[in-house]
Amino acid sequence: MSGGYIAQQIVNGLILGSMYALVAIGFSMIYGIIRLINFAHGEIIMIGAFLTLGLLQKLQLPFPVAAPLVLIAGAVVGIIIEKGAFRPMRGAPQVTGFIASLGVSIMLQNLGILLLTAQPRNFTFPDYLQSVVQIGLVSFRTIDGVIMASALVLMGGLLFLVHKTRLGMAMRATAENIDVARLMGININRTIMATFAIGSALAAIAGLMWGGKFGQIDPLLGFVPGLKSFVAAVIGGVGSIPGAILGGYILGLSEVLFVGLLPPIYSAFRDAFVFSTLILILLVLPNGILGKKMEDRA
Amino acid sequence: MKRIPLHQIWYFVFVLSGAVFVFIARSTFNEYILSIINFVGIYIILAVSLNITNGFTGLFSLGHPGFMAIGGYMTSVLTFPVAKKAMFLELPGWLSHLALPFLPALLIGGVCASLTAFVIGVPVLRLRGHYLAVATLGFLIIVQVLITNWESVTRGPLGMNGLPALTHLWWVYAWVVITLYVSWKIKFSSYGRSMLAIREDPLAAQCVGTRLFRTRVVSLALGAFFAGIAGGLWAHLVTAITPASFSLVLAFHIVVMVVVGGSGSISGAFVAAVLFSTITELFRPLEESLDAYGIGEILMALILILILIYRPTGIFGTREPGFLTAKST
Amino acid sequence: MLKIDDIHVYRGRTHVLKGVSLHVQQGEIVSLIGGNGAGKTTILRTISGLLRPSRGKIFLKTSKTSGETDISRVPAETITGLGVTHCPEGRGIFSQLSVKENLMIGAYLRKDKEGIADDYARVCALFPILGSRSRQTGGSLSGGEQEMLAVGRALMSRPELLTLDEPSLGLGPIIVDNLFSVLAEINRQGVTLLLVEQNAIKALKLSHRTYVLETGRMALSGLSAALIDNEKVKKAYLGGT
Repeated sequence: MSGGYIAQQIVNGLILGSMYALVAIGFSMIYGIIRLINFAHGEIIMIGAFLTLGLLQKLQLPFPVAAPLVLIAGAVVGIIIEKGAFRPMRGAPQVTGFIASLGVSIMLQNLGILLLTAQPRNFTFPDYLQSVVQIGLVSFRTIDGVIMASALVLMGGLLFLVHKTRLGMAMRATAENIDVARLMGININRTIMATFAIGSALAAIAGLMWGGKFGQIDPLLGFVPGLKSFVAAVIGGVGSIPGAILGGYILGLSEVLFVGLLPPIYSAFRDAFVFSTLILILLVLPNGILGKKMEDRA
Repeated sequence: MKRIPLHQIWYFVFVLSGAVFVFIARSTFNEYILSIINFVGIYIILAVSLNITNGFTGLFSLGHPGFMAIGGYMTSVLTFPVAKKAMFLELPGWLSHLALPFLPALLIGGVCASLTAFVIGVPVLRLRGHYLAVATLGFLIIVQVLITNWESVTRGPLGMNGLPALTHLWWVYAWVVITLYVSWKIKFSSYGRSMLAIREDPLAAQCVGTRLFRTRVVSLALGAFFAGIAGGLWAHLVTAITPASFSLVLAFHIVVMVVVGGSGSISGAFVAAVLFSTITELFRPLEESLDAYGIGEILMALILILILIYRPTGIFGTREPGFLTAKST
Repeated sequence: MLKIDDIHVYRGRTHVLKGVSLHVQQGEIVSLIGGNGAGKTTILRTISGLLRPSRGKIFLKTSKTSGETDISRVPAETITGLGVTHCPEGRGIFSQLSVKENLMIGAYLRKDKEGIADDYARVCALFPILGSRSRQTGGSLSGGEQEMLAVGRALMSRPELLTLDEPSLGLGPIIVDNLFSVLAEINRQGVTLLLVEQNAIKALKLSHRTYVLETGRMALSGLSAALIDNEKVKKAYLGGT
């Protein structure tokens, strides 16, 4: 096993990790603000991927125009889901919200099947994004570089938004104490909506990346990466944005290394590995690596 | 002479009319309709048994299809004819020469599912609420991965087919009655009351002497037993078993039945199971002829969300219809 | 300034306030005392919009309302903008936010940058410790400092009426003395105060008028100076005989 091979695997892990991290951020933010494990969050990946496909291949838009549109559309979808399903049951027990999100998830998957059929579709990016770049021992396509770089830019932007702006302050305050946030004059409906919008926009972009990385999309594609991103959020500590980012990269790297370094016979078991990790972390380290102490997990 | 209470007469009427229905159905309906009725029965077993775990004790589990898979595969391996075993599977010696009749195979399947529930329950049931739900979902996925990859026993993603068609309506009917009976007995026993107490307020229940953890594990294992049985019945109804049958979508269906029926209500789980599985079975040919796959699921998800918004306790709440319960005078 | 007219409030199925009326004049300090579960907190939470009365009205008249307005149906996030700020029970500090952010979030609805800067300086002058710890997180402060932060945060909204729920809870006597003298100072600067207190002597001494609440109804009311000598009050709340 050469150093070059390992370096290549690490790059692959970072690409996968970037996508997990972007989705995990949304899980974490939404959990942080209304204590909802939003199962439907993964479906936004699928919606983002199909939107990208439509914008690039049906409407023939150039990539730099399509990407921001996907971001915006993701935000709109997030707002619709929040308003339609989760706002009416705010204040209900946590499990109720979780079941509802499961319902939303199944509904979106099947809407996808109904409207787009279950047939996988090929997903191709323009040639200039497909060209291969060689840096030292590792090689990757331009799109992979774009994925990693834009993930970093988006995360940086998000951290700025959350820590340096008025909206970010309102979001953090609402996450801590909804009643007191209201007493300060914060419109919590708008703040929660903004949280869904931001989280969903990031997941939609992850969908664009997913299509670019794997080249094929179908209406069920969001389910497994969505779940794994949730695992990433738990690893980092649900509720913490830096935790979600860290968890995303840890999961991406360890998944790729698990497959790449162990004998091939084990690679079929990688999902079992991921979810055993989830159960283990919930039991042993319920607050994750960077999470704050939460009372009601165990 | 002691008078028999009215509600017990009703039980008798229901069991008898069920049997009459089975008898008439078997002699009049064609195979297709009979198979639908069998599926409805299996869904009743699944919903009523998940209701023990989820409804009585409030342990929100998505792992039901996982237990079902364990029971189903176990039963299938045990009933599989010896000649076929040699052709398709690579089993350890003693197992490859063993072919059991249906009932012991089913029971062993159920017990295995139940034992698995004990083993995973002891660590996982320390979690609560939606964290438990997520952990049981993880369990379900792990079971699927293991079954898919343990090819020497399960034939992997292909699954086992050509199983003997042992399941018929009398089997299903008997197990429906047993599931209902056991779950009814539990609900109206002191054990059932401590389960419900745990659901409402774990801390208070513990204060009045309920063995919190043990009751939780037992209720998971009991639900798992019937899920295992249902898995065995299912496999020998469709005469095939594949890992894909025991998916999260199935977990979703069963959960919808319990939630819509009313968590904790046996009648609710029963009615919702009949309703939803009939709808699903009726929608299937419709979806195929219209080429509009997904409508049934969308409808179910929509009903679920509307119920959660407008009637979060479900149709029946935790209650049973008055004429079926003993008057507390 | 504030007039509560016969409000009834339920929390869940419990009928907590069974027809309560009170009024607060501009510039006054009014205190509200009574035993546990009498409904004192409920009154303040209803004024601040966190709870809604099932019956009755709450009239408010500040420089930000058009004349006397019924605020009993106005949501909490709007009330602050009308000049009433509530300092909640248990202080409600945002423990993950810095001390400065906690103060700035008090001015969340204000747009006047200079006015906010002035008020920030004013709060830091009233509570010097807050200025020197501005970069620490709210959760790292001691109980007394958190109470100061809660009061300071409320002042950042430039309230005309400030309602305080048990500011002395869990604090040592010296800190309480200090806090109450700051409250008097705040009142001298023109802020009307409505104070709920368990510490009845302190409340009676600080305030101009006092209401005594018993299981959801007003039992007594009057000038604080008179009530402090009232036999019934002495017996029930001042530990005298």
